[in-house]
Amino acid sequence: MIQADLSVILPEIILALYAMAALLGAVYTGKDKLASMLVWSTAGLMAALGIWIGTSGSGTQEAFGGMFVDDGFARFAKVAILLSAAAVLVMGQEYMSRRGMLRFEYPILVALSAVGMMMMVSAGDLMALYMGLELQSLALYVVASMRRDSIKSTEAGLKYFVLGALSSGLLLYGASLVYGFAGTTKFAGIIEVAQHGEISIGMLFGIVLLISGLGFKVSAVPFHMWTPDVYEGAPTPVTAFFATAPKIAAMGLFARVMHDAFGHAVSDWSQVVAVLSLLSMFVGAVAAIGQRDIKRLMAYSSIAHMGFALMGLAAGTEMGVEAMLVYMAIYVAMNIGTFAFILMLQKDGQPVTDIQALNQYSRREPGKALAVLVLLFSLAGVPPMLGFFGKLYVLRAAYDAGLAWLAIAGVIASVIGAFYYLRIVYFMYFGDEGEDLDRTSSPVLWVFLMGSAAVMVLGIINMFGVDGAAAAAAATLVH
Amino acid sequence: MSVFAFYLFAISAITGGLFTVISRQPVHSVLWLILAFISSAGLFVLLGAEFVAMLLVIVYVGAVAVLFLFVVMMLDVDFAELKAEMAQYMPLALLIGLVILMQFVMAFGSWESAQGAAEQLAQPIPTDQHNTEALGLIIYDQYILLFQLSGLILLVAMIGAITLTLRHRKDVKRQDVMLQMSRDPAKAMELKDIKPGQGL
Repeated sequence: MIQADLSVILPEIILALYAMAALLGAVYTGKDKLASMLVWSTAGLMAALGIWIGTSGSGTQEAFGGMFVDDGFARFAKVAILLSAAAVLVMGQEYMSRRGMLRFEYPILVALSAVGMMMMVSAGDLMALYMGLELQSLALYVVASMRRDSIKSTEAGLKYFVLGALSSGLLLYGASLVYGFAGTTKFAGIIEVAQHGEISIGMLFGIVLLISGLGFKVSAVPFHMWTPDVYEGAPTPVTAFFATAPKIAAMGLFARVMHDAFGHAVSDWSQVVAVLSLLSMFVGAVAAIGQRDIKRLMAYSSIAHMGFALMGLAAGTEMGVEAMLVYMAIYVAMNIGTFAFILMLQKDGQPVTDIQALNQYSRREPGKALAVLVLLFSLAGVPPMLGFFGKLYVLRAAYDAGLAWLAIAGVIASVIGAFYYLRIVYFMYFGDEGEDLDRTSSPVLWVFLMGSAAVMVLGIINMFGVDGAAAAAAATLVH
Repeated sequence: MSVFAFYLFAISAITGGLFTVISRQPVHSVLWLILAFISSAGLFVLLGAEFVAMLLVIVYVGAVAVLFLFVVMMLDVDFAELKAEMAQYMPLALLIGLVILMQFVMAFGSWESAQGAAEQLAQPIPTDQHNTEALGLIIYDQYILLFQLSGLILLVAMIGAITLTLRHRKDVKRQDVMLQMSRDPAKAMELKDIKPGQGL
C-alpha cells in the first residue's frame, strides 16, 4: 500500500529530495558560488517535472487514505506552477547575481515552496491543506526578506509574515469549526455531510473563516493590504515569483476546497466568493490609478486579476472552474513577460521602478516597447489579445451561472482598469522627453518578454490547447 | 470529581489566556501563558491523553515558554508606547470583537453536528493500547505524509533562520581542524640557540 502511495507523490518526493541534496551539496562545497548553477538546475528540474506530470498522468488517484489527490485538476495546476516557477527563477538569476543578492538558499527555498504548492493543489484533507499552505508560505516569507540589508525588503518580509500568520490562524479556526461540525477532516467526508440547505450555522461560519484565510493567500480584497507593500519591498525577481506560481497554487487550493469539500452546497459559499471578486476587481482597478511605482501597480493589477479569477469560482459550475484555470494560465503568461520587462529596467546599473522613467521608451527601444504594448493591452483585456479571451471566459461562466450583475460589474471594472495600463503605453509612445535608461541586452529576459508577447498574439488562434486541458481538468473537480 | 477538575482547569486556562493579553508587564504575560499551558495539560489528562499532556508541559512550558521569557526580558521594546498606539484603535477593535463574539454565540449556541457526523467520529482513545503506542501508529502510518511535511516545514524554518541572520565575519579567527592536525613540531617550532648576554 505504501509503495502505491509513494508512486502517486513521486514528483513531490523528487523535488523535495533534490532540494535537500542541493542544500547539503552547496553547504559543503561552494556555497554562494554555486548559486547560479543551482538556479539553472532547479529550474531545469522543475520544468522537466512539469512536462512529465503534464504528459504522463491520467485518471484520478488517491494516496494516504485520501489525503493526497492526484487528478486532472491537480495536474493542470502543477504544470502551471512548475513551469512558471522555473521561468521566474531563470529570469531573476542575472538580476540577483549582478547585485550580489543571489544566495544558494534562494533556488532551494523556491523549490521547497513549489513542493508546498504541489501539496496544496492536491490536498484532500484539511490537515494536508494546512501543511502544504504553511510549507509554501514559510519559504515565501524568507525569500521576501532575502535582501536583509534593505529596510524595505525586511519590512516586506516581516509584514507578510505577521499578516500571513494571522490569516493562517483564521484558516485554522475555520478548519476546526468545519471539523467540529462535520466530524471529519477529509474532504470526501465533509462533502457527504455538507449538503444543500443542511449546513448548520456553525459550519457556515467555518467556511467563511476558511475563505478569509484563503482570500489572504490570493490577495483578494479585503485581505489585500499586504500585497502592494510586499511587492514593492521584495527584490524584483521575488516579486515576479509572488505574482505567478503562489497565485495559481492558492487559487487551485481555493477551488479544490470549495468544490471537493463543499461542492454540494454551492449556494452557501458562492455569494461570499462573489463579493470578494467584486471588491477585488474594483479596488484593484481604482487604487492602481494613483500608483507611480510599477511594482505597486502590478500588485494592484494582480489584485484585480484575482478578482476576475474568483468570478469564475463564484459561478460554482464546471465551466466556472474551467474559466478560472484558463484565466490563471493566461494571467501567469502575461505576468512573466511583464516582469521580464520590469527586470530589464535600469539606469546606471540601478533598478528603476518609476513609471515616469518610461517616457519616450518607444523611440529608444521600439521592439521591446511594442512587446510591452501587446502585454499591457492583454493585461487590460483589449480585444485582439489573449487577455481579452480570458476575461470573456470568466464573464460567460458568471453570466451562465446567473451572476449577470457580477459579469456587468466585471466589465465596468475592466474598463476602469484599462486606464492605468494604457497610461503606461501613453508614456512610452507620447510621453515627454524622459531619462535615458540603460540599453542592457539580457538575452534571457528578451526571450521571455518577446515569447510572452508572442503568446498573447498567437494564442488567440487555439490558445495552445490550454482551454481543452482546462475543461478536462475542471471536469475532474466538479461532479 | 472529574467535572470539578474540568471546570477548574477550564477556568484557569481561560483566565491565563485573558491575562496573557491584558497584563501590563510582558514578563507577567509569559507567566500567565505558562498557566494556560499547564491548565490545558490538565485537560488532556482528563481526556486520558497523558502522553500529550506531558509533552505539553515539557515542550511548551519547559522549552518554548522559557525561551519566550528570555526573549521578552532581553528585547528592548517599549511596550507602554506600543500599547498607547493600540489604544487609538480600541473602540473599533472592541466593536469588531463584539460582532464576532455575537456570531460565535450564534454558531455555538445552536450546536448541531451535521447528519452522519457522529458516525464519522472515530473513537479518540483506543482502550487496548498505550497512549504512545496509539500515537505512534497514527503518526507513522495514517498520517505519515503530514509528518514528513511538517519535517520539511521545520527544514524551511531552519534554512530561513540561518539565511536571514548568519553573517560571515572576516575579522574573527576560526578553527581549522585540518590545519591543526597537519602541523608538526618541525614546521611549527624553531629552536634558537641564544648566547648569554646577546639578544636574538
